[in-house]
Amino acid sequence: MERVPILKLGDILIVSIQIDLEDQSVLALQEDLADKIVATGARGVIIDITAVEIVDSFIGRMFATIASISRMLDAETVVVGMRPAVAITLVELGLSLGGVRTALNLEKGVALLNHLDGAQIAAARR
Amino acid sequence: MTSPGEQLLPINSNGDVVLVRQQVRAVAIQAGLSLVDQTKVVTAASELARNALVYAGGGQVKIEVVRNGVRSGLRLTFSDDGPGIPDIEQALTDGWTTGGGLGLGLSGSRRLVDEFDLQSAPGEGTLVTVTKWSR
Ligand SMILES: Nc1ncnc2c1ncn2[C@@H]1O[C@H](COP(=O)(O)OP(=O)(O)O)[C@@H](O)[C@H]1O
Ligand SMILES: [Mg+2]
Repeated sequence: MERVPILKLGDILIVSIQIDLEDQSVLALQEDLADKIVATGARGVIIDITAVEIVDSFIGRMFATIASISRMLDAETVVVGMRPAVAITLVELGLSLGGVRTALNLEKGVALLNHLDGAQIAAARR
Repeated sequence: MTSPGEQLLPINSNGDVVLVRQQVRAVAIQAGLSLVDQTKVVTAASELARNALVYAGGGQVKIEVVRNGVRSGLRLTFSDDGPGIPDIEQALTDGWTTGGGLGLGLSGSRRLVDEFDLQSAPGEGTLVTVTKWSR
């Protein structure tokens, strides 16, 4: 089984999926990410799926699960780079990924995380 | 029996599910499907291959290019000798799962293809045939 590498950039963890995900790799990534969020105290997670050609219900559920786990560990998740054909297919499959934040690309994903962090700090000051 | 235009792939591991996706993609391109239609049929194949693996302990898929007049298409036949499905109507309902999944594999796959046929009975295994036509 191939493992998906997790990179750390400041207080953001970046996961760029470059392999054909088999189910075991998906489960391993969820666990690795949870460990890494706690170990690094990261505030945000970006999952870059620019290279991902299909998202089925198992992979789609991973995004939602990672978003829930990160939130519980005080980090926000953004999925970036979804291909149009993947988005169309996911909706028809019946997965709307309601609880998952998305951005068009990595740059916008980072901006969104910074914005969310800023909003949280402002709310805490009030 | 397989004729020159067909191939038979085993589904006995998670790695096999990935190989099925890759091979279905290759044949979908050969059949002239658009990028969106390729993505839909590969996604359906991924769901159906996983079902054969998880619920039946394995199975196989036949991949073939089919023709209907000027249109070409891709037909996938998934078969397994697993426990079968007691209530097909229920299994095809969005959200129905006995395996802790999302229950979208069968119902979602049916939406993603042009033709969908599911035959199954307890103790008789499961046969799912799907076809996607080029536009
Ligand atoms: N090949 C199969 N053999 C036996 N049962 C199956 C098979 N495929 C699907 N099923 C049954 O149909 C249900 C719905 O399948 P599906 O829509 O793929 O959702 P999920 O896999 O998330 O449960 C499964 O939970 C299982 O009970
Ligand atoms: Mg399934």
